[in-house]
Amino acid sequence: MSEKVLYALTGLFETPDQIIDAAEKTSDGGYKKYDVNTPYPLHGMNQAMKLPPSKLGYAALVFGLSGTVSALALMYWMAVIDYAHVIGGKPYFPLPAFVPVMFEVTVLSAAIATVFTMLFVVFKFPNNSHPLHDTGYMKSVSRDKYGICILAEDEKFDENGTLKFLEELGATNITHQYFTEDSYATWWSVLDKKFAGILAVTAIATSLVVYIGLNKVLYMQPFSWMMEQEKLNPQKGSVLFADGFSMRNPVQGTIARGDLPYEYAVDPEGASKLVNPLPITEANLQLGKVKYDIYCSPCHGFLGEGDSRLRGQFPNPPSLHSEKVRDWTDGRIYHVIAMGQNVMPSYSSQLSRNEKWATILYVRALQRSLNAKESDLQ
Amino acid sequence: MSTVDYSQELSVVEGRPSLRELDDLISKPLESKPDKKFFIAISFTGLMLLTGITALGASFIYGTGLWGNNNPVGWGFPIVNFVFWVGIGHAGTLISAILFLFRQKWRTGIARFAEGMTIFAVITAAMFPLIHTGRPWLPLYLAPYPNQHSIWPNFISPLLWDVFAVSTYFIVSLIFWYVGLIPDLAVLRDKAGTKVKKTIYSIFSLGWRFSNRHWQHYEMMYLILAGFATPLVLSVHTIVSYDFAVSIMPGWHATIFPPYFVAGAVFSGFAMVQNVLIFIRKIFNYEHIITLKVLENMNKIILLTGSLVGYAYAMEFFIAWYSGVQAEQFTFINRAFGPYAWAYWIMISCNVISPQLFWFKKIRTSIPIMFVLGVLVNVGMWFERFVITVTSLSRDYLPSSWAYYTPTITDFGILIGSFGLFFTLLLIFTKTLPVISIAEVKAVVDGAQPTHKDH
Repeated sequence: MSEKVLYALTGLFETPDQIIDAAEKTSDGGYKKYDVNTPYPLHGMNQAMKLPPSKLGYAALVFGLSGTVSALALMYWMAVIDYAHVIGGKPYFPLPAFVPVMFEVTVLSAAIATVFTMLFVVFKFPNNSHPLHDTGYMKSVSRDKYGICILAEDEKFDENGTLKFLEELGATNITHQYFTEDSYATWWSVLDKKFAGILAVTAIATSLVVYIGLNKVLYMQPFSWMMEQEKLNPQKGSVLFADGFSMRNPVQGTIARGDLPYEYAVDPEGASKLVNPLPITEANLQLGKVKYDIYCSPCHGFLGEGDSRLRGQFPNPPSLHSEKVRDWTDGRIYHVIAMGQNVMPSYSSQLSRNEKWATILYVRALQRSLNAKESDLQ
Repeated sequence: MSTVDYSQELSVVEGRPSLRELDDLISKPLESKPDKKFFIAISFTGLMLLTGITALGASFIYGTGLWGNNNPVGWGFPIVNFVFWVGIGHAGTLISAILFLFRQKWRTGIARFAEGMTIFAVITAAMFPLIHTGRPWLPLYLAPYPNQHSIWPNFISPLLWDVFAVSTYFIVSLIFWYVGLIPDLAVLRDKAGTKVKKTIYSIFSLGWRFSNRHWQHYEMMYLILAGFATPLVLSVHTIVSYDFAVSIMPGWHATIFPPYFVAGAVFSGFAMVQNVLIFIRKIFNYEHIITLKVLENMNKIILLTGSLVGYAYAMEFFIAWYSGVQAEQFTFINRAFGPYAWAYWIMISCNVISPQLFWFKKIRTSIPIMFVLGVLVNVGMWFERFVITVTSLSRDYLPSSWAYYTPTITDFGILIGSFGLFFTLLLIFTKTLPVISIAEVKAVVDGAQPTHKDH
């Protein structure tokens, strides 16, 4: 327990007229650090205490206007730049239609900012460890008395002089208000057992609620997120068909469009006979480049040298400029793309027939870029 | 002949109660155990709420097919109820903000309660658009947040404006309400008997010290908030009316909608506040704070807004005729004489005719009559939203798609549940927080303000 320090002298008055008079005399008497505590705001008290007008209006103005501007900027960016869509034949930037949201955001930010500025910046709330709390003085002024409180840190304050001054004003119940140094909250009060305990319980409870809410409750009926549907999924049983499967085989003797089976699956050399059906056109090469950059370059590199970021890891992606690959026919390369080779998987599900052939055209172009034929010189 | 001294403002609180008496009276419901009447009341409203929860639960599990909504009437009870409840909320902000700016001292006794009603009405209202979407667990998509679909909401849709308006309204009302409560919570903190109570009140009063250096900013903040809340309350029902007016449906596409909706909202809100206050002042012995004069003033506002609403009904008909648009003319004749004529005439008799009785001072100051009229006004205002929503949709431009809308038992269950939710919250409020602003009422008691005689 540290020493008691004098915080202030307080006195009580019975009527509003008396306290206004007392406040005027106190401020005339040269006191700066004093306060008047009343159960409700008194008309004329600000003038009596000679307080400058409140500047909260500026907070409202600044935050309100920044709300307007940021709402407009946000909507402009979203509706004009990031996600421009023609809706109902209206322009991308229909200013009148943006007004309601701008207005609401203005009001919202101004209201929140004014109150928060007042409570947390001007008043420095929450503050429940003030020396006046829990005193008889506070209990009187919160109900029906009007109090004045002259702080000990005021320059003019001297214990006996101020006491006399208050007596002359006609104050009753003049009290010395003390505080102890350790009653002030310090940063290590966050380590207080009770506080830390409540914090931990709150943290655990919040995490549990969020976890259960997002991972369990949302997957219960009725929150099934359209996952529970009556349609038949592959691998799902069905009572509709005699064999009990929901998946059906194609009708005997038919194939789906563009779904010609690959007949050299186990015969790489046989595939060499295949001829590239695509002519060498800019469009085909462009298609091949797009597909190559997407599917082939992650391992073989953008230039086909096996120079991707996988180089140096086992196994090294092979170069497409080797003698072996250059001598392969288009059909042989087609076989590798369709069936895969060593650790390379089949790309049949990613690339259609034509896309595979177009990719081969592009691979040939890459090969020619490093190992040009004599005829290319002409 | 009695003379009235007009140089003196009449006191809004009767009988010069001492400040200490006011404290004790207003905090009495919080300090005493709830009595039998309270439990009867809350079990009744709780039962209503349970009805609503059952109906809603069934709707969640079996889908919105349980409702009467059909094609073309896609906006059935949920939207009717939404507009109705948002409207109820408007009286609170009007009393706390607009009447504050007009320096109407009689508002002090009823402001806190009306603000509370605003918050509960908005909570009740907000439920309806969410359930009306059919997927009430996906409301986050209404907010412009960066999502994995990389799309943004449509900012030119009135439905999106609605989201912003109602959520802003709720937050600002809540803040307004809470900062008003801070000094009162500090009074309760200093009065609290038990340690638990004291801790709770200490936390929520944030350490308020009744300092005049604080009061000075506090009053400025209150003025600023009132200044912002005034256009806000007008904007909210304006934007709700855009939901209708911005569409091209006959009977909806009208420029009169915003003022007409705002007047209607204040009308029904005041009727609801008046109804509930009649009970509150009786049960808690607040008759000298919420005086007969206050109720009379509220009835005058009901009369004014009721006349505005009646004028709007007449003007809608006039414009339909004057515009020469056939679909508009048909819609209004269909409203008055079509299949929903019964709803239309309920609306007219409750909203236009009944408030006109308030021209008579005897009726304006008779508590039983004003209570009945208040109930009628709210019945009428609910039917107004029903008439607007349903008649226009059920018979629009294409006669082949006309259909009659019949609400189902589930619809009524949800409607009853919304009343249950509102009144349950209200009952809990009366036992947990001071329903009258202690600091504000103290400030308007006779002799509470300095006389400045020496000036």
